[in-house]
Amino acid sequence: MAYGVRIRVNERSWRVDAAPDTPLLYVLSGELQLNGPRFGCGLAQCGSCSVLIDGVETRSCVTPVSAVGDRAVTTLEGLPAWYARQNRLPKPPALTPVQQAFIDEQTIQCGYCYNGMTIKACELLSKIPRPTEAQIRSAMNGHLCRCGTYPRIIKAIQRAAEAARATAISEHRQ
Amino acid sequence: MKPATEAFTFPRRDLLKAGGALLIGFALRDTVRAQSAEGVAVVAGPDQPDPNRLDTWIAIHADNTATIFIGFVELGQGSSTALLQLAAEELDLAMTQVKSIRLESHTMPNQGGTVASASVARGGPRIRLAAAEARQALLKMASQKLDTPVDRLRVSGGVVSVAGDPKKSVTYGELVGGKPFNLPYTGTAPLKSFGDYKLVGSRVLRLDVPAKAAGKYVHMQHVRIPGMLHGRVVRPRGQGAYGDGARVLKVEEGSIADIRGARVIRKRDFIGVVAENEWDAVRSARQLKVTWDQPAALPGTEGLHQQMRSAKTTDRIVLDNGDVTAAFGAAQHLVSQSYRGPYQSHAPFGPNCALADVKADSALVMCSTQNIYDTRRKVAQVLGLDIEKVTIRYYEGSGTYGRSCYDDAAQAAAILSQAAAKPVRVQFMRWDEHGWDNFGPAQLADIRAAIDRDGKIVAYEYHGWQHNWGTTETSQQLALGTPAAESPGPGSQQVSPFNLGAMYAIPNMRLVNHHVDGVRYLKGSNLRSPLDVSFSFASEQTIDELAFLAGMDPYEFRQRNIRDERWLGVLDAVAHAAGWTPRKAAYRSDRRRAEGRLATGRGIALGTHTSSYAAAVADIEVDQETGKIVARHLYGVLDAGLCVNPGCLENQISGMLVQATSRMLKEEVTFSTTNVTSLDWNSYPILRFEECPAVTAMVVQHLDQTPSGGGEEVMGPAAAAIANALFDATGVRMREYPLTPARVLPALERRFA
Repeated sequence: MAYGVRIRVNERSWRVDAAPDTPLLYVLSGELQLNGPRFGCGLAQCGSCSVLIDGVETRSCVTPVSAVGDRAVTTLEGLPAWYARQNRLPKPPALTPVQQAFIDEQTIQCGYCYNGMTIKACELLSKIPRPTEAQIRSAMNGHLCRCGTYPRIIKAIQRAAEAARATAISEHRQ
Repeated sequence: MKPATEAFTFPRRDLLKAGGALLIGFALRDTVRAQSAEGVAVVAGPDQPDPNRLDTWIAIHADNTATIFIGFVELGQGSSTALLQLAAEELDLAMTQVKSIRLESHTMPNQGGTVASASVARGGPRIRLAAAEARQALLKMASQKLDTPVDRLRVSGGVVSVAGDPKKSVTYGELVGGKPFNLPYTGTAPLKSFGDYKLVGSRVLRLDVPAKAAGKYVHMQHVRIPGMLHGRVVRPRGQGAYGDGARVLKVEEGSIADIRGARVIRKRDFIGVVAENEWDAVRSARQLKVTWDQPAALPGTEGLHQQMRSAKTTDRIVLDNGDVTAAFGAAQHLVSQSYRGPYQSHAPFGPNCALADVKADSALVMCSTQNIYDTRRKVAQVLGLDIEKVTIRYYEGSGTYGRSCYDDAAQAAAILSQAAAKPVRVQFMRWDEHGWDNFGPAQLADIRAAIDRDGKIVAYEYHGWQHNWGTTETSQQLALGTPAAESPGPGSQQVSPFNLGAMYAIPNMRLVNHHVDGVRYLKGSNLRSPLDVSFSFASEQTIDELAFLAGMDPYEFRQRNIRDERWLGVLDAVAHAAGWTPRKAAYRSDRRRAEGRLATGRGIALGTHTSSYAAAVADIEVDQETGKIVARHLYGVLDAGLCVNPGCLENQISGMLVQATSRMLKEEVTFSTTNVTSLDWNSYPILRFEECPAVTAMVVQHLDQTPSGGGEEVMGPAAAAIANALFDATGVRMREYPLTPARVLPALERRFA
């Protein structure tokens, strides 16, 4: 039975009609028409549908919408603003350093897994600003890429860590 | 919130009405021939823009930009960027001044399928020639306008100016003057010589990457249209024998009565559900009670290769040079072995998706495919519509690496939309995609090869058993009862005269293909570098064994047996990149055993698909207590002739090194006697971050050569280099892959028994 449920996504409050067991993914992609989180396996095995819930990477394909409560959901679309708040920047950048690094390192092939890659990498850098390669591999290990772009993603995350540090320093000086 | 529906259409009629277009066209016969040789049917569209009309290929707009009409799809490999580079080069435009538009069956030139990594090789020359001819015509117009002979004109960024008097200039856009005009395509315009290239051969950044990084790229899975329903297919979990399809015994529609608005659609054995809400469709498909007849018609994973060996086969000699029998008799050392390769899955990271809007007399299907014309024919068949009533609009999906279930998804969406009389979006569930894939076929091989006293390979014989590719899509098989059929091959479905021993100068050689009828096996099709991982696994290990018998370094042994300079080029390049030091097949069992738990090794291999030259080196580590292999570093070198964009190609090589590692170490489709049992990422594991090797990718650039394939050729050698590295590390030769701990550990234990 559908019922009204209130969720907070990308700093906006939404009221959606959905059965309580509806996975958050279908609310985000259906009702909210967001393109970041996307279906990959429906089994929490691949990371395609990842979002941040209160800053923690979460598989939206197995998270019932009724379990979200009043916690803050951040999708790929809201990530630059989330990044700005995390780092107390005056305004959101067009892209997070992780996304810019994906472009600079030309990591992407088909790009379908990059929602999850971006969400997870941003979560990692928020916890460990300068991760070692082993820490990157360990953090990212639950995210699959079928095109085989892992090595470039590792490089890009290292690059993003450097860039974020540089940005933070210059922003705070202003 | 604005729906993410993409309403991007660019009908050619509007383009012409808008004026300002100079249009160049050309014929396509060569492409069609080349595609057919690859074993992929190309259906000439009944209503394509006439390839002989001048208005089919390139349009120069009044704002001094150009649209290039490209008949190939972007599959995440960057070829759409490379093809525009070629056009911009010949037109003397900047990359920011060229674009292409979405591929659609009624508006774009038919260049056949996007297969065999050949977009740049086959499509490139035509696009270049068309661009060069357009430039020639524009210069002629500029010559009149500026009252200056053509040879005194210079072009940069679409601005034609007079040499020595740059103030006298006119733009392409001004020249066209808003009026389209016809010029015959002659194919005779002179092309730039490679010394003048500005864009070709340079690392132009891929045009699709920024939107993909920003999350703004529209994958097929993101396409929505107002009023659409969500559909899912309902099938047994995992396919059975291809010939059997799936037979419905009973459907209990009442089992989803509690899901309001969900509806069962049945056409013979095709079962689907549709609902307004996606989650309702997903849970209806899960909840619907269907009883299937599941005959025990498969050999099961364990009995697979035995059944193939004892099968009645159709045999064909692919190659027979010299006198193999006599040469084996006179040889110094001989190696003879059997090898086994598994079924492997395309397993796109995002399951296939299609959106169909079927009306009484027409259909629009938005989908991912490698060949919109082939998809159109298949969709028309299940709908009972004439081909010209069906429009296919292409959207890039998740990477497909060959023919995954994209046509199956397109047909399923079409069938459901026709029955529901509404637009229907279908996305496969993970178990649909993994369970009903057109798998890369399993292979069985007997190989023997021999050397003379000087370490020269004198004889080589390869017998391969495998079935061909299924041509009946599952949705059609179930909905219409169309019998299972296989494409006739040979192409990439048979023992390969390109990848088996062809890189070496071998005077006596025989290749024999044993075609197994595929109806009692899994449904097969082309998986990236079809069959080459199995070929290279057998062939390049055999070459390594010969080197060992000759007491030679495996790199030096290969050098000694190659005459072709381009094969030598990639071999030397990869050895150099990896810092190869001479090793006399380094393994000594006593030493390794004494060294303890972790053994390290290094292997080298050569390979290709049908064109280009590739070489790889693998550094691995083997845990001798668990049998687990970790690839530490892979090096890959590819010579694909003229490389239009080395950045794109390096990314392909890098991806292939990782994917080949995954396929060699982990991937295997499993099945019982009734159905496929590897249905997700746990039961069909692929390589993860923590297991991923460092990679070094290198392109050998030949600006003066024609381009050849670049998306497949490293798969075989990279996989074989890992197998050779295992021998180097432990003295163990594996005859069946993937090299999982369950296979490697018993082999290690046998070594000391």
